[in-house]
Amino acid sequence: MEPLREVSGRAIPFGRKNVDTDVIIPAKWLKTITRDGLGRGAFESLREDPANLFDSPEYTGSPILIAGDNFGCGSSREHAAWALLDLGIKAVIAPSFSDIFSSNAFKNGILTVVLPQDAIDRLMTVARTDPIAIDLEQQSVTTPFQDRFRFEIDAFRKHCLLDGLDEVGLTLSRDSAITTYEKHAAAAMPWLAQTA
Amino acid sequence: MASRPRTLYEKIWDAHVVERRDDGTCLIYIDRHLVHEVTSPQAFEALRLAGRKVRRPDLTLAVPDHNLPTTARRDAAGRRMPIADAQSAQQLEALERNAPEFGIRLIGDADAEQGIVHVVGPEQGFSLPGATIVCGDSHTASHGGLGALAFGIGTSEVEHVLATQTLLLAQSKTMEVRVEGRLGPGVSAKDVVLHIGGVLSASGGTGFVVEYTGSAIRALSIEGRLTVSNMAIEHGARAGLIAPDDKTFAYVKGRPYAPAGSDWDRAVAWWRSLATDPGAAYDKIVLIDAADIVPSVTWGTSPEDVVPITGTVPAPEDFADPSKQDAARKSLEYMGLTAGQKLTDIEIQNVFIGSCTNSRIEDLRAAAAVLKGKVKASNVTWAIVVPGSGLVKHQAEAEGLDRIFTAAGFEWREPGCSACLGMNPDKVPPGERCASTSNRNFVGRQGPGSRTHLVSPATAAASAIAGKLADIRALD
Repeated sequence: MEPLREVSGRAIPFGRKNVDTDVIIPAKWLKTITRDGLGRGAFESLREDPANLFDSPEYTGSPILIAGDNFGCGSSREHAAWALLDLGIKAVIAPSFSDIFSSNAFKNGILTVVLPQDAIDRLMTVARTDPIAIDLEQQSVTTPFQDRFRFEIDAFRKHCLLDGLDEVGLTLSRDSAITTYEKHAAAAMPWLAQTA
Repeated sequence: MASRPRTLYEKIWDAHVVERRDDGTCLIYIDRHLVHEVTSPQAFEALRLAGRKVRRPDLTLAVPDHNLPTTARRDAAGRRMPIADAQSAQQLEALERNAPEFGIRLIGDADAEQGIVHVVGPEQGFSLPGATIVCGDSHTASHGGLGALAFGIGTSEVEHVLATQTLLLAQSKTMEVRVEGRLGPGVSAKDVVLHIGGVLSASGGTGFVVEYTGSAIRALSIEGRLTVSNMAIEHGARAGLIAPDDKTFAYVKGRPYAPAGSDWDRAVAWWRSLATDPGAAYDKIVLIDAADIVPSVTWGTSPEDVVPITGTVPAPEDFADPSKQDAARKSLEYMGLTAGQKLTDIEIQNVFIGSCTNSRIEDLRAAAAVLKGKVKASNVTWAIVVPGSGLVKHQAEAEGLDRIFTAAGFEWREPGCSACLGMNPDKVPPGERCASTSNRNFVGRQGPGSRTHLVSPATAAASAIAGKLADIRALD
């Protein structure tokens, strides 16, 4: 995974609430066996509208998406994160995210920034005309107008994103602890430790 | 050991901690991993590229379900019928290649046990109370109906579980949703969870594991409990849980992968100890009176858009939140509905009985009981029943349910996810309306432009006969 320290540029002032992953990437795009090229299917139903934000010259290639409450709800499809990446989106700012989407985004190096609705409202206004900057080290979102919003992020996630760490590799290094657990479980809960 | 009273969730969590980190996150051991064809190819490919193997193939079970056509899969000579969609065929073939390469058991597309992973897991005794169960599918919450801690994961996590049999997780908050009282006639488990979804909203469960408790939940059959827990994700919850009891043990006993002999007795003793302790504290408690629950139906494009079948389509102004008003306007337009319309005046063209929510034998019995001796309305042009597994199909045929469905004008299909999400050819045509026993009414969920009304199996059957959304209780 590429290290991620800051994301800056134009932000798509999308703002919609309860955006489910079927909207982010419809089921017909899930038939791929690779992670690439899903940007074409991203927000497909919304992009039928010629005036949509995603295809406007102003926002094409924007690295930041601003959304409403409960972004990424519904299906666990990681294709939603892959589709956003393929669109060029490296960070999403919203008042809340679904648990699974948030995890999928993180594992693909997409930063999810949780900010209160009044901060979102302000950023939506700025995004219509000006760029936004997110600094992961400082845990801040700033605008050219002296706005500065601090956000919280899990320390482990921050560390992994900043250093571009491979989580599978990290856990594999804990092999002895896993083996110890397996031995304990085989004795204590043998019916779970195996399948007949 | 622990003197502090704990909830069911905390007990299962504590029993699976491999390592607790300083920041409070835990490496959690995963007991059972279900794999299907859509969310696994990239995980296997990543293992291959890194030269990694599957740590516990014996705790992993692969079943194709999302893409499979629900029409005949083998010709008279037993040869596979070609799958028209080349990409669907490619995903199926990838699973058939990856499972043996990594030493994982595969239930194949034409095996008698094949079905939707969330139907197959409990049915095979692969899913057990007190187990941690994951699958690259958000409806993994289903297995919580057995008292398992079960949740959906993304493909990177599928890879992580394949390689390490663990996940690094932060503990969720706990919510108790207590439903007390007796359910009225015609009110099913599906109506209960639709009603709960309406109360909690689509994001009300975010960050929580929800434990469903109370006399109305206890009174549900295991299949009904699986239906309730299945839709925990539709209120945003990480998982749903229902404490295992004697009904659960009777359901699990004797299934192919269930413990037997002395292991069985030890397992039951442990399962009994899992119930939430008196005095254990939940982070949030929601009380629901069973008497308030009636047959329910969705009108909009979020599972939170629930109304009683006796109600009317709401107006945007009925909502206090301006963003919900805006969402309601968009939903009404997409759904082709007008505020104030009676639900029972809404004509439907399609009926889908199936999905991991409602495709088990009791669901099919409930629908067949309504349809017996009746025929679907002429304006209902497409009505299908898709059993949750080959074993459910076989059982239904042994009971003659298939003949009731076909006599009523329904098509009787092979098992799979089908029109719940339309990855296979089973789709609702654009602009048409479907009474569906599935779990999501999102924009385009059942096919581009499809309009979904989520209902119970009995309501779906009654609606097929009426040609409109119907109140099962008003049927003669």
